[in-house]
Amino acid sequence: MSAVTFEGQIPQPPQSPLRRVSAWFFRHPTLALLALLAVPMAWMVVVYLGSLSALLAQSFFRLDGFTGRIIREFGLSTYEQLFTAANIDIVVRTTVMAAAVTVAGALIAFPLAYYTARFAPPRLKTFLYLAVLLPLWSSYLVRVYTWKIILAQEGIITWVFEALGLRGVLDGILAIPGIGGSSLSFSYLGMFLVFVYIWLPYMVLPIMTALERVPNSLVEASSDLGARPRYTFRRIILPLAFPGVVAGSIFTFSLTLGDYIIPQVIGNSSFFIGQVVYAQQGTAGNIPLAAAFTVVPVVIMLSYLLLARRLGAFDAL
Amino acid sequence: MHSSTRAGWGVKLGAVGAFVFLHFPLLIIILYAFTTEEASFRFPPPGLTTQWIGELFNRDDFWRALGLSLQVAVIATLLALILGTLIALALARANFFGRDSISLLVILPIALPGIVSGIALRSAVSILGVPFSTWTIILGHATFCIVTVYNNTVARLRRTAHSQVEASMDLGASSFQTFRYIILPNIATALVAGGMLAFALSFDEVIVTTFTAGNQQTLPIWIFSQLTRPRDRPVTNVAALFVIAVTFIPIILAHRLTRDQRD
Repeated sequence: MSAVTFEGQIPQPPQSPLRRVSAWFFRHPTLALLALLAVPMAWMVVVYLGSLSALLAQSFFRLDGFTGRIIREFGLSTYEQLFTAANIDIVVRTTVMAAAVTVAGALIAFPLAYYTARFAPPRLKTFLYLAVLLPLWSSYLVRVYTWKIILAQEGIITWVFEALGLRGVLDGILAIPGIGGSSLSFSYLGMFLVFVYIWLPYMVLPIMTALERVPNSLVEASSDLGARPRYTFRRIILPLAFPGVVAGSIFTFSLTLGDYIIPQVIGNSSFFIGQVVYAQQGTAGNIPLAAAFTVVPVVIMLSYLLLARRLGAFDAL
Repeated sequence: MHSSTRAGWGVKLGAVGAFVFLHFPLLIIILYAFTTEEASFRFPPPGLTTQWIGELFNRDDFWRALGLSLQVAVIATLLALILGTLIALALARANFFGRDSISLLVILPIALPGIVSGIALRSAVSILGVPFSTWTIILGHATFCIVTVYNNTVARLRRTAHSQVEASMDLGASSFQTFRYIILPNIATALVAGGMLAFALSFDEVIVTTFTAGNQQTLPIWIFSQLTRPRDRPVTNVAALFVIAVTFIPIILAHRLTRDQRD
């Protein structure tokens, strides 16, 4: 930069049109804010909220059973169709799976998050953090596909069981009605494993964040007052980490409710919410029913979010 | 003192277990890209070969899908960069009515299940009678990519000392000059990082894409269609390895770019 010359008066910058615009916005901060937000908000409101409203509107239309055409009149007949026994079955099956995946995810994620947040030396901590982040961002579809390979009848899990001489145990597990199947890749158990695997990073990261925020002074105070580590963990660390668990559960639960690829690639022929939506809008051409079905996970998620907010999960996100 | 500065063996074992669970499948995909087995997923592979890499190179449909994915990811990322940065600039310091609603609106496309966003966009597109094209895919991708750019940029803006901006204004710079010479250099790496994550997100997205694409196939849709064709398994394995490699690089770079600033 050249030296500032001072000649008795403050040098005035040239009044370019751009500068006048800038000065005008400086005097009108609200309008400046509006100018910044106008384009992105127009995008979000028109493209996204517009689409969501279109979806909601569709769910009140109905499909004419004879002509196969959509009748654009508001009514509740599509929702009547939604509440048939078979469809309620699908909703229950999906919700139970989502709940099971969430609980298992929390149990597996906690030790990893706990070790990373509170015990790992700095370099290892960075490494572990990145190790959790990488699968989160890397190819969802490829990771699902990998599990197809692992769970296949002739795949690595069967091989391990055979090598250990435990083939009978695996067959025994697969014979259990409700969770078994012809092979792991055609069973609820296999699907459950894949769901837990795919969403695990979403559970680890919020728990890690919550655990890192637990003040060390509290832990030290607890032990100074004579509490054993186990007691400190149960009474200090766990309650403070719990909002992180709830925050993680929002992701695992929501993602399981809406997924249609995992149940299609892994598992047997019984439907999950996502698959019905996909099938109804695609092959069946019943967009109103598909729309009504998507309202189900949205309603479940909204109720869950309200509950989570009361448990303090939003501060841990 | 019982102060727990060292982890018990139970915690360590659990951590190692979860770590192996997270990363072992990625090793499997590397192994299977080189297997000589053509039809099944037999383990252990009967032999290893690099033959499938060559075969993938000769598959036109793969290259078309890759080209489309790159095209979509680049344009969606650019759009998300512009829109996400504008929102971040508006929300970083201002406190106004509706601020929380705006940040919720930005997060919504990835917070709601993908199928909801997907079918919502599809209904809108079909109600408007717009033909499905590369542009309808880009529209969807840009919408859910905004949040990654926004998150990275808003975090950086909050860490940037506001005194620099005030100094610039005091010295007579217009807000455009301040943006060009003060704010932009400060947020540059955050923008690159956010852009890379947006790119990775778009490059990999399959659920929303299924609903907003016409006949075109992005790379994930191509892979998905391959899953039902056992004959092409070896080639699919190589493609899967390829996708992992392509997404890992921007993610690691993005992490480095944001970490260096934080330390």
